[in-house]
Amino acid sequence: MASPVQGAVGPAAGQSSAGPDGAPPTRRGTELLLLGFAAVVVSGALMLVEANQEQQLTFRIFWYGLAFLGLFAVAHVAVRRFAPYADPLILPCVALLNGLGLVMIYRIDLAEAEKALRKGNEISNDVPRQILWTTVALVLFLVVLILIKDHRTLTKYSYTFGLVGLVLLALPAFLPNILAPTVNGAKIWLKFGPFSLQPGEFAKILLLIFFSAFLVSKRDLFMAAGRRVLGVDLPRARDLGPILFAWAVSLGVLVFQKDLGTSLLFFGTILVMLYVATERVIWVIVGLSLFVGGAIVAYQLFTHVQQRVANWIDPLETYGDPGGGYQIAQALFGLGTGGVGGTGLGAGRPDLVPLANTDFIAAAIGEELGFIGLAALLMVYTVLALRGMRSALAVRDTFGKLLGGGLSFLLIMQVFVVVGGVTKLIPMTGLTAPFLSYGGSSLLANYVLIALLLRISDAARRPQTGARPRPVPQAPIAEAHTVLVERPT
Amino acid sequence: MQLTRAGFLALLWLFVLAALRVVRSDLYAASGLRVAMPGFRRSSAKKVRGKAPRQLVVTHGALAGTRITLDGRPIMMGRADDSTLVLDDDYASTRHARLSLRGTDWYVEDLGSTNGTYLDRAKVTQPLRVPLGVPIRIGKTVIELRS
Repeated sequence: MASPVQGAVGPAAGQSSAGPDGAPPTRRGTELLLLGFAAVVVSGALMLVEANQEQQLTFRIFWYGLAFLGLFAVAHVAVRRFAPYADPLILPCVALLNGLGLVMIYRIDLAEAEKALRKGNEISNDVPRQILWTTVALVLFLVVLILIKDHRTLTKYSYTFGLVGLVLLALPAFLPNILAPTVNGAKIWLKFGPFSLQPGEFAKILLLIFFSAFLVSKRDLFMAAGRRVLGVDLPRARDLGPILFAWAVSLGVLVFQKDLGTSLLFFGTILVMLYVATERVIWVIVGLSLFVGGAIVAYQLFTHVQQRVANWIDPLETYGDPGGGYQIAQALFGLGTGGVGGTGLGAGRPDLVPLANTDFIAAAIGEELGFIGLAALLMVYTVLALRGMRSALAVRDTFGKLLGGGLSFLLIMQVFVVVGGVTKLIPMTGLTAPFLSYGGSSLLANYVLIALLLRISDAARRPQTGARPRPVPQAPIAEAHTVLVERPT
Repeated sequence: MQLTRAGFLALLWLFVLAALRVVRSDLYAASGLRVAMPGFRRSSAKKVRGKAPRQLVVTHGALAGTRITLDGRPIMMGRADDSTLVLDDDYASTRHARLSLRGTDWYVEDLGSTNGTYLDRAKVTQPLRVPLGVPIRIGKTVIELRS
C-alpha cells in the first residue's frame, strides 16, 4: 500500500541529524554551509566587478572573501554558543545581502572616483567606512545576543524602551541645526564630529518592543467589542488610544522631520501588530482610514509631500525642478538599461543615479543584475522575513510572537517602501534598503533587529525540557511546616 | 563576459533555492513544540522493517489459534458477518474495531463499541499505533500482531 506521508518527509530525514537524546537538530551545520555559499557569491561578485572595471585581478579578492567569511564566522560561532537552536537561514541571508551591498558600494565608489579623477577633485570612499560600520554592527549584534538571554526579559523594561524610543525619534527635530543638520530635506540626523547617526532607526525597534509588551498586557481591552454598526463590531472609543498615538507620532515625524519613510513604516508596523494581537479586521479598517485621512491632510498642507506625489505621478515632467523627478527618472532609466538580465556587475553606469549607494541602491542592482538579480535579492529578503514570521508562529509566549511578527514585518515593509519607491510603485519616501544600503545607523539597527529575531527563533526551536520550571521539591507530609489557614469569611 | 553575467545570476538563484530547500525541509516539523519529527519515526521504522508485522494471531478467547495474514487491507473485527475476523463474543459489538495500515505501521481504532477496545491496558479512544506483540483485547478475545 502506498504511503504518501513517507515520500514527503524524505528530505527532512536526509538533513536532520538528531541530537543524542532525540533533541531536535540545531541545524548549525546548515547555517555554516549556507554562510560559505554566501561568501562564495560575494567573492564572485567582487571578482566580476574587478574584472569588468579592468582593475588588476589579484589574490586580494581571495583575502577579501576570506575576511568576509571570517567576520560572519565569528557571528556563527556566537550563535552556536549563545543561541544554538536559532534559525539556520537568518544569518546567511543577512550575510549575502550585506556582502552584496558592500560590493555594490565599492563598485559605485570606483565609478565616483573615476568621475572625480576626470574633474580633478578629491573624493572620499564609502567602502572602508561601511566595512567599519559592518564590524561595529556585528559587535553590537553579539552584545545583544549575549546580553539578552531570553527575549521575555525585555518586557520588564518596556515602558523605559518606549520612552527612550520616543525621545530618540523626536530628538533631531528639537535640537539646533549644529547638532541636527537638515540633510536632503529631512531633519533626522544627529552629528557628533565626523560621525552622524539616525536615531530614528533605533527608535523604531525600541517602540516596537514597547508596543509588543503593551499589547500583550492590554490585549483583552482591544478584544472588547463596542457597538455593532452595520454588522461590524466597532471598537470602543477609548481603546483607540494606541492607534491614535501611533498616528500622531507618525504625523509628528512627517511634520517636524519631513521624513515620509519612517512615518509610513512606523504607522504600518503598529497597525499590523494591532491586527496580529487582536485578529480583528476592524483595526485594519480604522488604521487605513486614519492613514488615508492623514495622507490627504498632509498632501494639502505640506509642499514636500506634494512634490513627492508629483514626482511619482510623472517624474519626467518635474525632471528639471529642484527636488524634482530627476532621481526617480534616473533610477527608472537605470532599471530600463538593466532589463531582464542586467548589464553585468561593474559594466553599467549606476553612478548616474543620485544617491546610488543609499536609497537608490535597488536601482543600481537592478541595472547591473537586471530583473533576475533584483528578484533574487527580493527573494532573499522574503526568506528572511518568512523565517522571522515562522519563528514568531512557533515561539510559545505571546510577547515573543508579537515582537517576532512585528520585527519581521518591519524588515519586509522597509524593503517594500524603498523598492516600491525606486520602481515608482509608490511615491519615493527615502528609506534605506536593509543591509544593502550605505549607512551606519540603518546597519546597526538592522543587526540589532536580527539579533532579536535569532533570539526568538532560538526560543521557538529549543526543546522545552530546559525551559520548563522544575517542580519545587516538597517536604514529606510528616516534616511539612504548619501553615496558618484563615477561615473563609 | 556574457557567461560570467549569466553564471553569477545562476549562482544567486542557486543560493535562493538552497535557502528554500532548507525551508521546505522543516515544513513538516510543525513547530518547536513537537520534538519528534516525522523523519525520526521513519528512520526507526526502517530499522525494524525486517520485522514488519505479517500476521494477526488470536491468543485468547473462543477463536484462539486463528491466524490472519496481513496483506495491507484493513481488518474489520466484530460480530457482523462481513468482518474480517468474526467474533462470536458476548462482549463484542457488531462493528467493534478496525486495524488499518498507515505508512508502515498498523493502527487500531475503536468503531464506537459498547464495551471498548483495549491496547495492552489502555482504552482505545483514538487511532493508536500497534507495536509487535502488544495484545489488543476485545471482549474476551485477545489478538496481537506478529512478524
